[in-house]
This record gives sequence, structure tokens and C-alpha cells, in this order.
Amino acid sequence: MSDTIVSLPDQSTARIPKVNFITKENGLLSWLLTGDHKRIAILYMISITFFFFIGGAMAGLIRLELLTPQSDLMATDTYNKVFTMHGIIMIFFFLVPSVPATLGNFLIPLMIGAKDLALPKINLLSWYLYVAGGILAIYTMATGGVDTGWTFTVPLSTHYVNTNVLTTGLAVFIAGFSSIFTGLNFIVTIHKMRCPGMTWFRMPLFCWAHYAASILMVLGTPVLAITIVLVALERTIHIGVFDPATGGDPILFQHLFWFYSHPAVYIMILPGFGVISETISTFSRKRVFGYTAVAFSSVAIAVFGFFVWAHHMFIMGISNYSMLVFSLLTMLVAVPSAIKIFNWTFTLFKGSITFETPMLYTFGFIGLFTIGGLTGVFLGAAGTDIHLTETYFIVAHFHFVMVGGMLMAFLAGIHFWWPKMTGRMYPEKISQLAAVVTFIGFNLTFFPQFILGTLGMPRRYGAYPPEFQVLNVFSTAGATILGVGYLLPILYLTWSLKYGEIAGNNPWQATGLEWQIQSPPLTENFAVTPIMDHEAYDYEWLENQKEKEVASVG
Amino acid sequence: MNHISPVLWQFFVKWLTNFPLFPPEASKLAPEMDALLFFEILVSLIGLTIVLLLVTTFCIMYRKGRHPVAVQIEGSTILEATWTIIPLGLFLLMFVWGSLIYFRVYTPPANAMNIYVVGKQWMWKAEHPGGQHEINSLHIPTGKPIQLTLISQDVFHSFSIPAFRVKREAIPGRYTSVWFEATTPGTYHLFCTQYCGTNHSAMIGDIVVLTPDGYKQWLAESTSGMSLAQNGERLFASLSCNACHNAKPDARGPNLANVYGAKLALASGGTVLADDAYLRESILNPSQHITQGYAPIMPTYQGQVSEEGVIALVEYIKNLSSNYRIEQTLNTTDLLPEGEGKAATGGAEQKAAPAKTAPQGVVKQ
Repeated sequence: MSDTIVSLPDQSTARIPKVNFITKENGLLSWLLTGDHKRIAILYMISITFFFFIGGAMAGLIRLELLTPQSDLMATDTYNKVFTMHGIIMIFFFLVPSVPATLGNFLIPLMIGAKDLALPKINLLSWYLYVAGGILAIYTMATGGVDTGWTFTVPLSTHYVNTNVLTTGLAVFIAGFSSIFTGLNFIVTIHKMRCPGMTWFRMPLFCWAHYAASILMVLGTPVLAITIVLVALERTIHIGVFDPATGGDPILFQHLFWFYSHPAVYIMILPGFGVISETISTFSRKRVFGYTAVAFSSVAIAVFGFFVWAHHMFIMGISNYSMLVFSLLTMLVAVPSAIKIFNWTFTLFKGSITFETPMLYTFGFIGLFTIGGLTGVFLGAAGTDIHLTETYFIVAHFHFVMVGGMLMAFLAGIHFWWPKMTGRMYPEKISQLAAVVTFIGFNLTFFPQFILGTLGMPRRYGAYPPEFQVLNVFSTAGATILGVGYLLPILYLTWSLKYGEIAGNNPWQATGLEWQIQSPPLTENFAVTPIMDHEAYDYEWLENQKEKEVASVG
Repeated sequence: MNHISPVLWQFFVKWLTNFPLFPPEASKLAPEMDALLFFEILVSLIGLTIVLLLVTTFCIMYRKGRHPVAVQIEGSTILEATWTIIPLGLFLLMFVWGSLIYFRVYTPPANAMNIYVVGKQWMWKAEHPGGQHEINSLHIPTGKPIQLTLISQDVFHSFSIPAFRVKREAIPGRYTSVWFEATTPGTYHLFCTQYCGTNHSAMIGDIVVLTPDGYKQWLAESTSGMSLAQNGERLFASLSCNACHNAKPDARGPNLANVYGAKLALASGGTVLADDAYLRESILNPSQHITQGYAPIMPTYQGQVSEEGVIALVEYIKNLSSNYRIEQTLNTTDLLPEGEGKAATGGAEQKAAPAKTAPQGVVKQ
């Protein structure tokens, strides 16, 4: 008798709960007019996946063009449009909303024990703005595209190109508001909606990371919006802010643009940090090493992140004093990232480690982000920046951080919370394979680019000297493998929606509040408002809970 | 392999045996830059190795099969302090080292030879002081510091010579500069690295490093007969600058002799150093900078003079060292022997006999 009581109910007889946020209401309208953060997260997930594949197709075209030294696949103008749209779509329509708008949207209320985000209608509005911006971006592409580069550098964008600068700018402007609303919602929610007992230092680190990123979104994005408006005014009525011929200064644009666009990389990466903290803790069955240090390093990154923008301008003729200040602050902002890496590593120490897919992606993240971060220091040191900036070294550096870091974290998170979102498991073996394929493909694609950059190959070149071809061939070959690595999850995750194993409430035996409720959750998340009576990542508490449950079943 | 695909075989043999992994070091500065680069690579490799070793070791030692129950650890102040302070120290070292190199790249020595470079969609135009100009190539001698004064006529461009480890943006509306001293004769890549529109990737050229003798010869072969300053003098006369700037006591414009490098008192109060950038501004936006004692009557030359023209004018004004020269300009547009250039601009002054040919381009070292 006693043995049968201790083992948990058999998974094969498990059912997905009849009432959950997916089945609660039916019909397209119930989705399009929903206020439920979980449904909005799903809407976001579908839309950003769509944009990811458009941006990915562009990346494929770029790599194909670079297979040969000549500019032979596309006309140079087409190539310029393709890399511009690749950048714009991937940054504004994929990376910025990726983790926050999908996983963050879905999980923050669940993690802090709230029924929804503080402003559900604003949340829905943010998705509509995102979609409006996205449709405008697609329209722009279909009607001739834009070839300014995602950086919209003036005076090229204001006086010299003849393409759809205004509509693209408008698309980014609108998408920017979607990001502001998401950030605002998170800040208010985390401040006001935590359940009883959920103090700041009991929150999962995922929430800390999102809080830091939200501050950046709310304070940084309006500057981008203003900059885009100024570009539009300069282009249409020549107000003379940026054009030296009318008394403006093109360097001013660089300051304004990077004042947003540098913090933007932290907007993109911080939520990824949040995911990694969750997965690494869960799969090593251990509290994150130095919880407070990791929490505060997120905040430190957010604060310092605002004061390093001019490191994008070292070779543009900023003053020596500016260079000193910005180079120093850049070095300082690298430290919290190093702290995080070591804290995650030491989370493994004396843990009990398993190697499910999210953990494999997490290891990928740690390796690639370490490389991406360290090569950032090459660029923060003003001397080597002169040689390496504006070359493929930069391209490799930010792809290691954004794709190697953020996208790995995103995939880790998607796999980790997939059972919570859908109630079903993804197939383990093939997804482990996908994680490994992605890692190999990624390194083959982007590592040669560090060498290319050191050799001096400039970025945004459709044609290049023939001696660079071998490394470019490696890179293109890697991109092909990487493409497979990204296609696989789409296929098997879709498959798992119908055929995946039933997950149950807590397949990973994780400690977060989101794992203590049914999968998929109810529309109102918690039947009873939970009370947080333990620290985050408290595995002993979880053990006790289980024993209690077993006892009550018995 | 050979029987599978000859093309593939060719690929392996030809390419994999012969492709560069590191750029040539062809300037005095390159080894200094590379020392820092290698230090950074070394630190990165050590850091990465430590992280990977730790992760691998922990994964092996504490995998579930071997270590079924995790031991909860809160953290460790000593460990956390270690991995805060050691990276911080290394990063600060790189900051100081990097800044020193930065100052070196962007602080030209006083005896550097100045070459003007104008970037425009989609070419580089270099103007040597002797009047030689070239497009998408730059000929320079070894063993002599060369300063480039860069400006763009339209959008941002960036002048990059990987073999020298230098790069500088060419910006519309302002002069920027960079310097280097080539050490090894040869031909090296010149790239525009700032995206500048349709033919960005065609805005490339050759840096041809010659021996000092070879450079002399090249100068002699490529001379157009007039130095840059002489071009400026012509322009000065043809734009009737000398109607006002004629050095007479009743002149309506300030005397320009010896103005370069001087501190000028402005009508708005304050003083300004008359450098290249100031001279350029005063030609294109004269009403912004009225010298004390003069009326704001000078029209703008924005749109009337190209950047090359402005450079020639600036070079002419730089070399104006006496009223006599201006009076001569006033009287005739004939090209008179050019005066000695300023020591500060150094370089290839021309011995100058009017509009004659061959020995003119000879550099006086």
C-alpha cells in the first residue's frame, strides 16, 4: 500500500485540464479582443515567429550573396535593402519584443502571483501597435524597401536615398510605442501586483531582469521616437537639425540614435539573462548562486547601460575626454555581465544536473555569450576599437551576443515553459539534437567573421576582396546548418501541440509559482491568491510540498 | 576525394592552403595595436577556458547520476568579490592601454606631412600638398609620418586601412584627422567602412606604400604643374576674395597673412584659434564668425566652392606669410613662385617655377 501511495499519479492517464485559458473562450474574436496576458503572449509569439522567419530569410540571402566575392546574386541596391530590412526586422520586430512580450508577458503575473498584468488593455494595445508597425514594415518592403541600414544614418537617410525612409521610420516609431507600453506594464505590475509575501528579494530573477529591461524600454525608446521624428522632419521640410549645410550637426544624430540603441541591446539581452537564471537553477536543482548579486547586476547593467552610448562613435571625432569617459563606463558595464556568468556557472556547483533541452540551450548561451561579451571589451578599449569597428568583427560580436546569447536564451525559455503554455511536452530527443545543431551552426557561421573583421573586411559589403572568400564560405555553410537548427523547433513544437505528451503541472519540478498551478493555467491564473512563504528557488520547500500532497492523496 | 568532385577538391587544395588569418603589419603603429589585441585575445581565451572548464567539470561531477541530491549554497562573498575584482582590474588595464593607443592614433606628430582626403559617393579623392591628386588610391612614402585631413562632401564615409590599423570617419561639414607612418612598401587595402549608399562596397582603393625615392619619382610623374596652394591662389583670385582681403589699410576684410594658427578676437567677444576647421567655416558660414572690427558683409560660399576648392583655399591661406604675397595675388593671377610653406605643414613643398613641368614635383626633405 505505502509504495503505491508515494508514486505520483501515472502520466499516461493524465489529461489536460478541461478549463484553461485556451479553452475558456472560442473564436477568433475572443483572441483578438482578449485582455488575458497569456493569450496576448501567444499572439505575440505567433507574430514574432513570423517576423523571425522573414528576417531569417533575409539573412539567408545575405549569406548567399557573400558566398562569392563579386556582387552577383543581387544588385548592390537590393543587397543594401536586404541587410537593412534584416536589421530592422530582427531588432525592432524580433529581438526587442522576443522574450519580454512572449515569455515575460506570459510569466510575470504567474511568477509574482497576480491575476494579470496591471494594464491588460494597454497590453493588448501594445500588440496591436506591434502588428501595425510590422504590417507597415512589410508594406515598406513590398513597395521598394529601404536602404539606409537599420541605423538610419544621416545625412544618408535624410538627403541621399530615395527609398521608403519615412514609412520605415513610422513602422519603427509605432513598434517603439508597443515596447514602451510593455515596459510600463511590467514596471507597474511588479511594483503593485505582487502577491502577499512576495517581497522584492523573493521574486524570481526572471522578474528582476524584466524590471531592469522595462526601465530601459520606458526611458530609452522615446528618444528613438524623437530621433525618428527629427529624421522625418529633416527629410521632408529640411528643418536643419542634422544637415551641416543648414547649420545642423550629423554627429547629433549619432548621439541621439545611440542613446536609445545602445540601451536597446540591454533591452534585448536582459530578459535573456532572466531566462537563463530560471533554467540553470531548475536543471541543477539549486538556488541561483548569489541571488542578490545577480539581481543587482541586472539593475547595474540597466543604469550603466544608459551612459555608454558614445562608444559607438570613437572614430567619429568625439573629444578625447568623451572617449575616456565612455570607454571607462563601457568597461564598467562589462563587469556585471562577468559576475552573472560566474554566478550561473557556480550555480552548477554541487547541484544535481540534468541535461534536458532548455539546459543545453543554456550551456550554449553561456559559452556564446562569454565570447560575445569578451569581444565587446575589444571594442570598448578605444585603441583596438579603431581597427575593429565597422568591420565583420562588430558583426560577429553582436551576433554572438544577440543571436548566440539572446536567441539561445529565447529558445531555452520557449522549451522550458512550453509545457506550461500548452500543457504538452516537446519531444525531447529531437529538440536536444536541434540545440546541438544550432550551437554548431552558430559557431561555424559567426566565428569566421571575427577573423574576417580582424583582417579588415568592412560590414555591409556586398562585394569583397577575393582573399576573404574561404572564411565567407565557412560562414555561409554555417548559416545553412543554423537555418536547419531554427526550422526544427518550429516543426516539432507545432507537432507537439497535438501529439506531445501531457506535461502536468510541474514537469521540471521547478519552484516558481507558475509551476504550482495547472498547465495550461486558468484565465485568472490562480484559483486562490497564493501566499509566498519561502524564498525563490527553494527546492526544500518544494520537497515538503510534494510530501504534503502525497500525504493528502493517501 | 578527388574522384567525388574535382571542384570541391580544388576548393580544399587551393583555398585551405592559402588564405590569410591576420592582416599584414605595415605601419609603425600596427605592432603596438596588435600587442593590445593579442593581450585581449589572451585574456579572452583564458576567461573562456576557465568558464568552459568549470561548466564541464561541474557537469561531470554533479550530474544527477553521480550527485543525486543538490547541496543548497547561498553564495560566497569571497568568490563573488574575486570574480568582480579580477575582471574589473583586467578591463581597467585594457581601458588605459586602449586609451593610450587611441591618443597615439589621433594625435599627429608636429612634423607630419598633411594630405587632404575628400570622401564622396563613391570615391576617395586625395590631394597632396604638391597638387598631385588621385582617386581611390593613395601613394605615400615609408618612414615619414603622414597626416590625413578628412572631410566628406556628402554622407558619412570612413577611411580604413587595415594594414596600418587606422580608421577615421570622413564627416560632412567638419575636418577629422588621423596619422600613420608606413614601414613596409607594398599595396594595401583601402576600404570605406561606413555604409554610404548604393556603391558602398565599391568605395575601395589601394594604399601604395613606396620607398622615399619611389615616392619622389611618383610625385614628379603625377604633378599637375600646380601645387595645392597655387590652386587655392587661383581660386582666391577668381572668387574675388582679394577684393576685400587685400591687406590694404582700408580693406573691408581682415588681412589673411599669418592668420593660420593665430588666435583671433571675434566681434561677439572671445577668441578663436584659426585652424583648418575655422578657416573652412569662415568661408562657408562667414556670418557666424565675424572678426572684431569688421562688418558682417561677406557672402557665404556654401554651394559655390566644392570641398576640394575649400581645401585649396585653406592650404593657400595656411601658406600666406606676408602681405607681399597677397598684393601679388591682387595684381595678377599669374602664378608666382610659391613662398616657403609653414614648417607645421611640412612635407612636400614645391620648389615652384611657374607652370613649368618636370622637376617640379621634387620633394624637398
